[in-house]
Amino acid sequence: MTPDKLKLANHVVAINWNRIEDEKDVEVWNRLVNNFWLPEKVPLSNDTQSWATLTPDEQLLTMRVFTGLTLLDTLQGTVGAVSLIPDAITPHEEAVYTNIAFMESVHAKSYSSIFSTLCSTKEIDEAFRWSVENVNLQKKAQIIESYYYGDDPLKRKIASTLLESFLFYSGFYLPMYWSSRAKLTNTADLIRLIIRDEAVHGYYIGYKYQKGLEGLSEERKAELKDYTFELMYELYENEVQYTHDLYDSVGLAEDVKKFLHYNANKALMNLGYEAMFPSAVTDVNPAILSALSPNADENHDFFSGSGSSYVIGKAVNTEDDDWDF
Amino acid sequence: MSAVAAKPAVNRETGRPTSSSLVYFSSISDNTHRFVEKLHMDAARLPLYTHEETLTALEPFVLVLPTYGGDTGHGAVPKQVIKFLNVSGNRELIRGVIGAGNTNFGETYCLAGDVISVKCKVPHLYRFELMGTSEDVDRVHEGLEEFWTRLSQQQTRP
Repeated sequence: MTPDKLKLANHVVAINWNRIEDEKDVEVWNRLVNNFWLPEKVPLSNDTQSWATLTPDEQLLTMRVFTGLTLLDTLQGTVGAVSLIPDAITPHEEAVYTNIAFMESVHAKSYSSIFSTLCSTKEIDEAFRWSVENVNLQKKAQIIESYYYGDDPLKRKIASTLLESFLFYSGFYLPMYWSSRAKLTNTADLIRLIIRDEAVHGYYIGYKYQKGLEGLSEERKAELKDYTFELMYELYENEVQYTHDLYDSVGLAEDVKKFLHYNANKALMNLGYEAMFPSAVTDVNPAILSALSPNADENHDFFSGSGSSYVIGKAVNTEDDDWDF
Repeated sequence: MSAVAAKPAVNRETGRPTSSSLVYFSSISDNTHRFVEKLHMDAARLPLYTHEETLTALEPFVLVLPTYGGDTGHGAVPKQVIKFLNVSGNRELIRGVIGAGNTNFGETYCLAGDVISVKCKVPHLYRFELMGTSEDVDRVHEGLEEFWTRLSQQQTRP
């Protein structure tokens, strides 16, 4: 690793938000600003009783999962999003990365809010020690970090998108699992805010990657596509090991792996590539999917129903002034 | 669609006429566009910008669209789609809606499809994520064929 290669943008112009080159920059900036939140707004202390109902193994697992997520958010906030700035195509893109970087730091800090609410200082310190000592957790951070310090701006975006849209999910699984069992529900609410943010980040960085592909030779495009899938395989192999490290003690590893496959497909789609894992291995536990999004279940598929049902979406307020009817 | 465009201008609302049974909106990220391309069905894309003239539907259609906006649901339906549906002739011909989204957005996953389903009283037929998997493509392809067959049978029933 050669940290000195991480460079700053070598030329800065005064950013003019009244002259937009890529409308996605404005759209995503607005989206991120509207989504802004802080952990202090989530009533985590309401989870203390629920926390006490977890077994010691379950508590240990939960703390380890959150230290792992803390490491990834720290990496993305301190290095990842910042490393994308020098190669931004527009000045507005640079500004969006600063927003992403800050929000990743908010995410990293929010795990500490969970810890300080639920755990003792000694337990917290032990969980952080575990995060430093776990080989597979360290390896995934190192793989990504090596690309952030590398020379290829498009590979940085690939690594960054895979982190945002794939690597977090071995961890995100657990709070969704607790939520589906009516445990740690406030913590799950906070994690859902992080999950929402990561979706915007992965979408945007993946979009900028695809913009970067425009005009490149077919050979270079093929090289980057091969590279994406190779990196995905490398990270996936490591994620499987990491998942076993964490979840074997509670017997959930196989269920977590389906969630990994499902999210790996979405990460690839964010980069503009087709899904890699077949539906036979992406059948995420419906309880987990429902904890993520109440609208994601099969009941919302009109085509697979008998055809006699006439499904109308749930009532929603539409206050947009633009509707004429 | 050139055959459609060659038809004499229809004497109602303005806008480029289309006879496609699929009408869709996709932003410059092209996720929804890619999904529709994979269906290999005749489809008309709504203009990218609201200042452009919208489409005029000539035949019944299913609308495919992504969801915009955040938590509150405000602004979920892209403005370009609102402009299209503000044309009453277009509203009369919508038969169903298919939503694109990302489950990471929780309760607002494919919300725009729900909004249009309620406002236009048509079924929200299917939801898919990002640019859709091959399974999504197969199900929508088959589902739409059955859907149109069923609708035409209902219409010809004495």
